Amino acid sequence: MTKTKAEKPALTEEEKKLAERKKNLRKARFNRYKAWLYLSPAIILLLIFTVWPIFNTIRLSLLTDFNYLGELRGKTFEFGFDNFVNVAQYSGFLTCLGNTMLLTVITVPVSTMLALIVAVALNSIKFLKRAFQTIFFLPYVTNAIAIGMVFMTMFQMIGDAPNYSSIGIINTIIEAFGGTRINWVNPGSNYWANIAVLAIYIVWNALPFKILVLLGGLQGVNKQYYEAAKVDGASRMRIFWRITVPMLSPMIAYVVITGFIGGFKEYSSIVGIFGDEMGPVGAPRSLNTMVGFIYASITENNQGRASAAALILFAIIFVVTMINLYVSKKKVHY
Amino acid sequence: MKVVLEHLTKIFPSRNKKDAGAEVIAVNDFNLEIPDGKLIGLLGPSGCGKSTTLFMISGLQAPSRGKIYFGDDDVTELAPENRGIGLVFQNYALYPHMTVQQNILFPLQNLKGENRLSKEEMLTRADEVAKLVQIDEFMNRKPSELSGGQQQRVAIARALVKMPRVLLLDEPLSNLDARLRLQTREEIRRIQRNTGITTIFVTHDQEEAMSISDYIVVMKLGVIMQTGKPQWVYDDPANLFVAKFLGTPPINTFSGTVRGGKLYIGEEAVMDVPGAEDQEVYVGIRPEGFILDENGGLSCNVSGVDVMGRDISVVSTNANSLNPVVRSIISSGEMKNIPSDTVRFSLKENKVFIFNKETEARVYFGGQVAMHEQMVAEMKAEGQAYTTHEGPLPREADDNDKPVHVAKQEGFFAKVKGIFKKKSKEEAPAQSSGEEAPAAPEEAQKNNQSEE
Repeated sequence: MTKTKAEKPALTEEEKKLAERKKNLRKARFNRYKAWLYLSPAIILLLIFTVWPIFNTIRLSLLTDFNYLGELRGKTFEFGFDNFVNVAQYSGFLTCLGNTMLLTVITVPVSTMLALIVAVALNSIKFLKRAFQTIFFLPYVTNAIAIGMVFMTMFQMIGDAPNYSSIGIINTIIEAFGGTRINWVNPGSNYWANIAVLAIYIVWNALPFKILVLLGGLQGVNKQYYEAAKVDGASRMRIFWRITVPMLSPMIAYVVITGFIGGFKEYSSIVGIFGDEMGPVGAPRSLNTMVGFIYASITENNQGRASAAALILFAIIFVVTMINLYVSKKKVHY
Repeated sequence: MKVVLEHLTKIFPSRNKKDAGAEVIAVNDFNLEIPDGKLIGLLGPSGCGKSTTLFMISGLQAPSRGKIYFGDDDVTELAPENRGIGLVFQNYALYPHMTVQQNILFPLQNLKGENRLSKEEMLTRADEVAKLVQIDEFMNRKPSELSGGQQQRVAIARALVKMPRVLLLDEPLSNLDARLRLQTREEIRRIQRNTGITTIFVTHDQEEAMSISDYIVVMKLGVIMQTGKPQWVYDDPANLFVAKFLGTPPINTFSGTVRGGKLYIGEEAVMDVPGAEDQEVYVGIRPEGFILDENGGLSCNVSGVDVMGRDISVVSTNANSLNPVVRSIISSGEMKNIPSDTVRFSLKENKVFIFNKETEARVYFGGQVAMHEQMVAEMKAEGQAYTTHEGPLPREADDNDKPVHVAKQEGFFAKVKGIFKKKSKEEAPAQSSGEEAPAAPEEAQKNNQSEE
């Protein structure tokens, strides 16, 4: 309620009060819209890029044989669940679903456990702590496709079988220890070898973020709990399981939930290692995932099938997240 | 279990690598014998090293020098879990994700080998100790569902459940509100009496220490100032610091002079001090040491009267007082005798302490000499060595200007770091640290020797 200095002296007290009141009223009205004004950039962007696509995806998934060109020409489409049936019957769908599930189920627990161990280790050293933190954080700031290509060269054998000019660093190491080389990614490679390479890549790629979150959580744990446990004579393993893990449980839950969500959206790692054929040479699409399926449907100009698959993926993620939340409600101590 | 600390010293290395001399001596040559089954209060202002001492006894911090004995066992090198101690942290450190019962069971579940207990035994032990601290009805609650006092008792139960040889409590009452504090300190006393476990607790609250301890140890800047029964230490402080630190309301301090067997505050001869040599002194007078007396030697200007029910406190000022006001507690019956302008007091001999101005060590006079000797003899009879600080007192930057209970930590660090030394050379060379005052140790020792 600041008074303007340029008020005319001719006004009486009464008039001044009236003018003041009017001004306040105007101000209040403006204030009410001011909030919306400041929120509008975010709201407009959200409406265009989040709310409308979600709505549109639901709409498209329910329209049979939809195409944008037809819509522009004013064609009407039949309403129904044909797209969902189409997705379920599509030959590659079950492979995609299986691959996605498999990779998620392998990589989320493994990467979480590894991240927990690394975080606890990092938290307990002083010497070279920063250096190790940087090393473990590097994958986070590196391009996924670039990492994929590096992994490819690590596992790939170059040249004509059986006289390869290079067998890749991993096989070199295996042979140095007296093992036999494995065809990881070359044509004719085993499906499980492919999955192993992918799992290693995904775990390695997922570690830094998880380590970061868990390390942050660890540093927030009151040191007195550890001192108390030490006085009470608890062993290191017991301290880890009975104190560290429960104390970190909110962070662990967060990391697991985001890990599952990210796992179900796995796509770039396969492109990074096997290219957009989504499989080793000779077996295209054998490693395809749900997101790959959706992407392929769009490139085939079948928006209906893509939308339906996206909704199915959403439903799966939703259910898994609900299960996660239910479990964490019982196990997580906040 | 008797606990003996020999030459215990803790030096924290300098954090700044460039300044290697900037180490902090938290505990300095600490010698103490704690008799079996007693409750000992380590008392001192913040930063005096009392918690560090406790953590060294617990084994969580390793001493830089010195030995720790439990009974006849040297436990200096022993890990905390092998010492047989129970430790209660200031913030209790109860595991928030476990119930009260799980918290109490935790130390038992860690026992290995022949000490291992069966599940039933564990539960019985937990129940027993829970009953002892009166939390048996909350066994299935989480710590967050308990009040502060209840949490405190759970922490004590957790420390007691493995039957420790020594119980250590770090500021056990500081997180409780005033009423609960009173209640809980009685509780701690009761539990200690019932179990008979040697208990050492740390506090900065002199009232707390006085009320429940068998013995108190007053510390300052890592050095023992005085040990003894609370009442003795209160009645017979060894130096100005101890006198100022104990007692509420705090002791009134004046600067004065001893001349020809008489004590002068300003130009007024306030009392006879037979046996004291002529010297500049600090005079400490307990609030209860004043007697309203028209012919009394000490005159003060009355600025107000605080009524406290049974007693009244006369607030007055005196030009030679080192405190802003002089507080004297007199019986409320004498209210009507208080003049409105200048009040005159005579003093009770055993409530007036004089301290040498340079060493701040006690100067005994008249009947106090015999009283002191009697107390030292009584302590020895109880098997407790009478310890006072000898030699120069550790000093803070501006020790005399600040009330003791808000001891300045920066001053302490500055002193030890030697930064203060540089500064003092430029600004106030007279106020340098203890090591640079060569005259002080001899005088302090002389004082101590002459009384013994």
